[in-house]
Amino acid sequence: MKRRTITSLAAGLGLAAGLMSSTAMAQDNMRIALVVKALGIGFFEAAAEGAEEAAAELGNVEIIYTGPTDTTAEGQIEVVNSLIAQGVDAIAISANDPDALVPALKRAMDRGITVISWDSGVAEGGRQMHLNPSSTELIGNTIIKLAADHMPDGGDVAILSATATATNQNAWIEAAEGFLPNYEGVNLVATVYGDDLSDKSYREAQGLMASYPDLKAIIAPTTVGILASCQAVTDAGKIGEINVTGLGLPSEMAGCVDSGATKSFAIWNPIDLGYSATMLAHAIANGAEAASGAEIPMGRMGSVTLDDTNSAAMSDPFTYDSSNIDQFKSIF
Amino acid sequence: MKRILASRELLLLVAIGLLLGLISLRFPAFIAPSKLVDVFNDTSPLILLAIGQMIVILTKCIDLSVAANLALTGMVVSLINLAAPGLPITVILAVAIGFGALLGMFNGILVWKLAIPPIVVTLGTMTIFRGVIFLLTDGKWVNSHEMSDAFKAVPRTVIAGLPVLSWIAIAAVILFTVVMTRTSLGRAFYAAGGNPHAATYAGINVGRTQFWAFTISGALAGLTGYLWVSRFAVAYVDVAGGFELTVVAACVIGGVSIMGGIGSVPGALLGALFLGIIANALPVVNISPFWQMAISGGAIIIAVVLNAQANRTPGRIILKRAEHAT
Repeated sequence: MKRRTITSLAAGLGLAAGLMSSTAMAQDNMRIALVVKALGIGFFEAAAEGAEEAAAELGNVEIIYTGPTDTTAEGQIEVVNSLIAQGVDAIAISANDPDALVPALKRAMDRGITVISWDSGVAEGGRQMHLNPSSTELIGNTIIKLAADHMPDGGDVAILSATATATNQNAWIEAAEGFLPNYEGVNLVATVYGDDLSDKSYREAQGLMASYPDLKAIIAPTTVGILASCQAVTDAGKIGEINVTGLGLPSEMAGCVDSGATKSFAIWNPIDLGYSATMLAHAIANGAEAASGAEIPMGRMGSVTLDDTNSAAMSDPFTYDSSNIDQFKSIF
Repeated sequence: MKRILASRELLLLVAIGLLLGLISLRFPAFIAPSKLVDVFNDTSPLILLAIGQMIVILTKCIDLSVAANLALTGMVVSLINLAAPGLPITVILAVAIGFGALLGMFNGILVWKLAIPPIVVTLGTMTIFRGVIFLLTDGKWVNSHEMSDAFKAVPRTVIAGLPVLSWIAIAAVILFTVVMTRTSLGRAFYAAGGNPHAATYAGINVGRTQFWAFTISGALAGLTGYLWVSRFAVAYVDVAGGFELTVVAACVIGGVSIMGGIGSVPGALLGALFLGIIANALPVVNISPFWQMAISGGAIIIAVVLNAQANRTPGRIILKRAEHAT
């Protein structure tokens, strides 16, 4: 009886020792939680893939890919609370609400957890930095460049936007106009508005083709507009004459790229985004200072410089064309 | 009665002629036959919906769910095509019309059996239909490369110089002109809206007539739903968002009285064409988008003012002596 107690005690001790050593080992591994808006969304699955890539490159990093099952702030708060309980080293979150998550994330930071937001930001008080996929300037430049790349001799281009009051699109278009002088021979003849309605966008694209017979490209920085323009150009039999480009999603644009109506288009690359967010979270958790003006490295994506709201832009939007559309169309 | 209707439609025809003349001053290519064919084709969905809406309005009702019905039916046929790309197009067409009619019947039953005001019923179903699309798809889009080629080809196949989409609109105009003027159901629509009490005494079941009006409107919306998603080669939750108001506007411009009982298929056709021409002309005449909205709105106000002046003809007293006797 006594003997047995001692054995079991020894076994228990051994078990405890084993547990402790495994905890100690886990502490060596930095655990970074990638919290997304909801699980099961192709865009975020791709971001997780990028995070794993970063983890493999860094070594000793474990990625916890998690999120609620639907896109609610409440669901994300629960996830964040459980991550705090698990004692992760860093949280990189794409938030469903900029303000609702602040208290939970503040609690995480009080416990010494590094918190950054990416893609969809959190208010300044709730994170150490925010990573935007791109910036107004970079997008403005990219949409003009996409058109210019396929018209070596220059020519007329037109922009087909969403509504005339859309804040995002107007900022991008303004930036694009600023970069126009850098592209010699590229002549912006009109900016029209399809209101993000397929029928109106289609008519506006038809109108552009009728009004400007020498049109070489239609730039649509909106998903509805780019698809409707592509259909209008296809129906008018002008594939090859007019290149439809702008911002779109690979899953939606695959048909246009296959038919040749769209030579290339752009949108942020979720893999790069997940990769960069992980790299930044790792750097800050390891002591890099997240203050305005600070430059933080992010592996193969170069580095970012934080602005006065501690936000930074990752890169130019990623360009998709016939060479990579099949890889990405199933992702998002 | 007939003369007034004829002159009203003549008035609209003159207005359309003036409009075309005005546009051609700024953009001459607009009145080239090929461009006019384009405009008619582009307006065909509006014509189909306006005919259905006109019949509903005739019976003193209104159908605000047409655009949502269009979007839902469009999504349903797109999903069917996605699941079974080999399904013949005739089946797709039958499903589109049948499913649209079912949605219309749902409106009709609520109006008929529960006597809920049509504007409330269809405002509700409008939101429900869009919500159902979201439930079906989680907000995902069905894109052109996921639709079969045959599915996308129907509206743009050209027969005798006109795309099938235009031919369907023409067929609907002819069919419903006959239905409205030559069948007892057509006359019942006028009677139920013109004077519901008299219609009841004449043996017309007003509720059931309204039910059939909603069913027809739903069937046409369903058909248009398929044509819409295949023409623009994309289906998503917000397809044709806000289009129900354009449809009502087309009817009002076409001389359909919102009080019921007055209206005609040619009127709805011309009203739709009027808006279709404006929608197609504005992109080429280079007008600021803010003015575009004001111009479309102005056209509707003018039409309503004209409508108010062309008041319904006063009822005729046929038994003068009997009236004095009481």
